[in-house]
Amino acid sequence: MTTSAPPVKRPFLGLSVERRYRLIYKPVVFLAALAPLAWMVCGLFGWLGCSDGVDPVKFLELRCGKTALNFIMLTLMVTPVRELAKLPHLIRLRRMLGLFAFFYVLLHFTVYAVLDLDLNWRMVGADIVKRPYITVGFSALLLLIPLAVTSSNRMMRRLGRRWSRLHRLIYLIAALGVWHFYWEEKIDERTPLKYAAVLAVLLGYRVARNARVRRWLAGRMDALRRRTQRKRALACDTQRSP
Amino acid sequence: MTTRIPRIPPSQITPSEVYFGRRAFLASALAAGTTAALGRAHAAVVPARAGAPLAYSYDAAESVGALVHAPDQNETPNTWHQITNYNNYYEFGTSKTDPAEYAGRLQTRPWSITVAGEAERTGTFALEDFLKPYALEERIYRFRCVEAWSMVIPWVGIPLATMLKHFRPTSRAKYVAFESVYRPSQMRGQRVPILQWPYREGLRIDEAINPLAFMVVGLYGRVLPNQNGAPLRLIVPWKYGFKGIKAIVRIAFTETQPPTTWNQARPNYYGFYANVNPDVPTPSWSQRTEVRIGNPFFHQRQATLMFNGYGKEVAYLYRGMNLRKYF
Repeated sequence: MTTSAPPVKRPFLGLSVERRYRLIYKPVVFLAALAPLAWMVCGLFGWLGCSDGVDPVKFLELRCGKTALNFIMLTLMVTPVRELAKLPHLIRLRRMLGLFAFFYVLLHFTVYAVLDLDLNWRMVGADIVKRPYITVGFSALLLLIPLAVTSSNRMMRRLGRRWSRLHRLIYLIAALGVWHFYWEEKIDERTPLKYAAVLAVLLGYRVARNARVRRWLAGRMDALRRRTQRKRALACDTQRSP
Repeated sequence: MTTRIPRIPPSQITPSEVYFGRRAFLASALAAGTTAALGRAHAAVVPARAGAPLAYSYDAAESVGALVHAPDQNETPNTWHQITNYNNYYEFGTSKTDPAEYAGRLQTRPWSITVAGEAERTGTFALEDFLKPYALEERIYRFRCVEAWSMVIPWVGIPLATMLKHFRPTSRAKYVAFESVYRPSQMRGQRVPILQWPYREGLRIDEAINPLAFMVVGLYGRVLPNQNGAPLRLIVPWKYGFKGIKAIVRIAFTETQPPTTWNQARPNYYGFYANVNPDVPTPSWSQRTEVRIGNPFFHQRQATLMFNGYGKEVAYLYRGMNLRKYF
């Protein structure tokens, strides 16, 4: 993702952008990203007045899943925000957000397999094969693995252009994640639909921004304009003639 | 048999602890794995405040008999805190904690109940008059939710059969239909059309007069809290929890099978019968096992029993029926 905007050099605590991220922004985001986990752990032990409720396993399972989806959405928000708000260096946070998404997806699956199903692999296997919403969720988990593995600078360099093509898988993963959530819901689909709406906007932005799509759209608009002009001219002509 | 008391904060233990302290023999009955259904009131006086002690006198000699089977399973009753803070009651919201948070807004007094349809005695009755003729009993039942979790709950109430017979249903009464209260101003969930409000449920008449079917007004010897369905709810222990309609305002004897809410919402998921059956999965999840609320973190699942373990009492109702078709 290279944009034409030049690196912003506003002085902040006398630190360069590079050092600001390394010393302040990244540690802050890292700690903030651990907050959902800290909250769940506090609730588990009843610390700080938190509670995971009467069925803590189910609570952890759902909370981890939702947090994972939140991080996937945050990861997808980086590009639109840095382009629209003209903050190109925001890209430096994207990898961390993506890896946290993977972390919470793994936690979600671990709670499900170890705590909810008592590590009964036959049941886990039967679920993945027989329950479509679990098949969908599990596929998203599998697809995230290559992305996490290739997230290092070294892998980015090694894969070159193929890296960004591979990482476009996140669009599919996000869709599978929301689908999994939607399907899992017993009857009240309002929350999954909200996620679907956010995802539609985030993906829609990418479609609208795509050069080829823009060129095509511009062409269509042009043709439309020309056609209406022609029609209007024709209408004028017929009005004038008796 | 494993009897493990769930770990809960001391502030929340009191009611059940006090309760079991008072009735030491009950603990021994539980340890033996068979639990008697207990209690008989001689005047069913129902005080208005949720959580207040119920005025019913206890008499073990008149207990109905052993109703909780399966001594190999953990049958420690769940705590008051668990039973009253983990509820599916979509009239107050779809989260498990919504009912505990918002059910207080429902006014349960005054309350009236309409009895209609194929019966000799019909009409609208004030709750107090409606309950006056009956003695209250206590019954400890397993409660199995269709979402594959379960609890063990000491209810206080009246056998449904006793109550229904009082209205002298005619021979045309083949089903009993129940309807919940519809009060969107006090039940915030009813402002959202997730289900068709008011909630409706129904039973075949022979199911309804089975001795296990129970009309509940209390919990742990106290007035039923709103989140558990006050002032009057149904409990059918061999069926999934959603059959246990809450805050009942109408009971009708009908000739044809009445429409039921979850069945209307998703007919391929929730049947009219909704008998607990480990062999018939709900399309999105298995019914083979269940999570007993309050079990320790590991090994929290246990096998789900046919008819929730009440087969001896109810299997006759479904003899010759294809339970995969009539799920």
